[in-house]
Amino acid sequence: MTQSIEEKVDTKQDLINYVVRLGDDSIVLGHRISEWVSEGPFLEEDIALGNVALDYIGRARMLYGYAATLTGDGKTEDDFAFLRDEREFENYLINELPRGDFAYTITRQLLVDLYNKYYLQALTQSADPTLAAIAQKAVKETTYHCRRSVSWTLRLGDGTAHSKQRMQLAIDDIWGYSHELFESDALEQRLIDTGIAVDCAALKQFWLADVEAVFEEAGLNIPQQDWAVRGGRKGYHSEHLGHLLTQMQFVYRSFPGASW
Amino acid sequence: MTTEKLELFEVFVRPKRGLDHKHVGSLHAEGKEQALEYARDVYTRRTEGISIWVVKSQDISASQEDDNECFFDPSDDKPYRHATYYPLPKEITTM
Repeated sequence: MTQSIEEKVDTKQDLINYVVRLGDDSIVLGHRISEWVSEGPFLEEDIALGNVALDYIGRARMLYGYAATLTGDGKTEDDFAFLRDEREFENYLINELPRGDFAYTITRQLLVDLYNKYYLQALTQSADPTLAAIAQKAVKETTYHCRRSVSWTLRLGDGTAHSKQRMQLAIDDIWGYSHELFESDALEQRLIDTGIAVDCAALKQFWLADVEAVFEEAGLNIPQQDWAVRGGRKGYHSEHLGHLLTQMQFVYRSFPGASW
Repeated sequence: MTTEKLELFEVFVRPKRGLDHKHVGSLHAEGKEQALEYARDVYTRRTEGISIWVVKSQDISASQEDDNECFFDPSDDKPYRHATYYPLPKEITTM
């Protein structure tokens, strides 16, 4: 009897952790993209990037809001976004990499958007109805994000020698961060077994086929020299996340509870 | 990057079924596909439309200010071209 109660509590904590880390992925990337606002290459693209950033931040709000409801101890979405430190964030590292130049941003978006396409599609089938509903909403946005990042990759890869070179440099830099997107830890494995979490390893072949097709058309290459950086889901981050959080959390921590 | 090498497009949005496409503004883009995407981002985020048209600005033939006299003034003294010119028969109560 006692054991089954404990088991139930654990499953709930697992779910909370899972929802929060999905929120972490969204808010960190959303913040990164928002760094383009007012710095975009031209007005229309500036607005488009701002919209994509808002899509990700909106996604984070839904996920953090759900986590707050599950926690049931008076926490709000803001607590998750603004009052946790670096080691408590469990986003994949690819999301926290710097904004970089435009080619760098587009390359990261291509890899992440195509990943999200399959991930969210799978998450709509989650045994958890709220997660499934959030995924249902997000997958529409992602369909649009993929259009953008695929067409920009083609345009830049198949553009001038200079734009091609910048894209290839970005790919060589970022590729090693893509591997952990397809690895699950024990927590996710437990949730995969109950049909709640997405088995991301199963998505790799589809994602890779998409990326290869786009790269081939754009005249870009997957790096020969392979290496991998991991640790996001364990809270081990690159030096970039701390700086991002400092900027993102500064106002909230200076004026706790302020509203406008 | 500048907008020098981009083309100018005019954007028309149909706000809902049954209404006409309405000119909402213009934007720069590299081609019609990209123009459609930007039109969505720039002009439809708050009031969702159900259809967008984009047209290259250079493909639009516009009347000139100088033509106004010969284009529009002749209508001014022909009030019988307007339905309101004609008195309604008393029998018609709803119009």
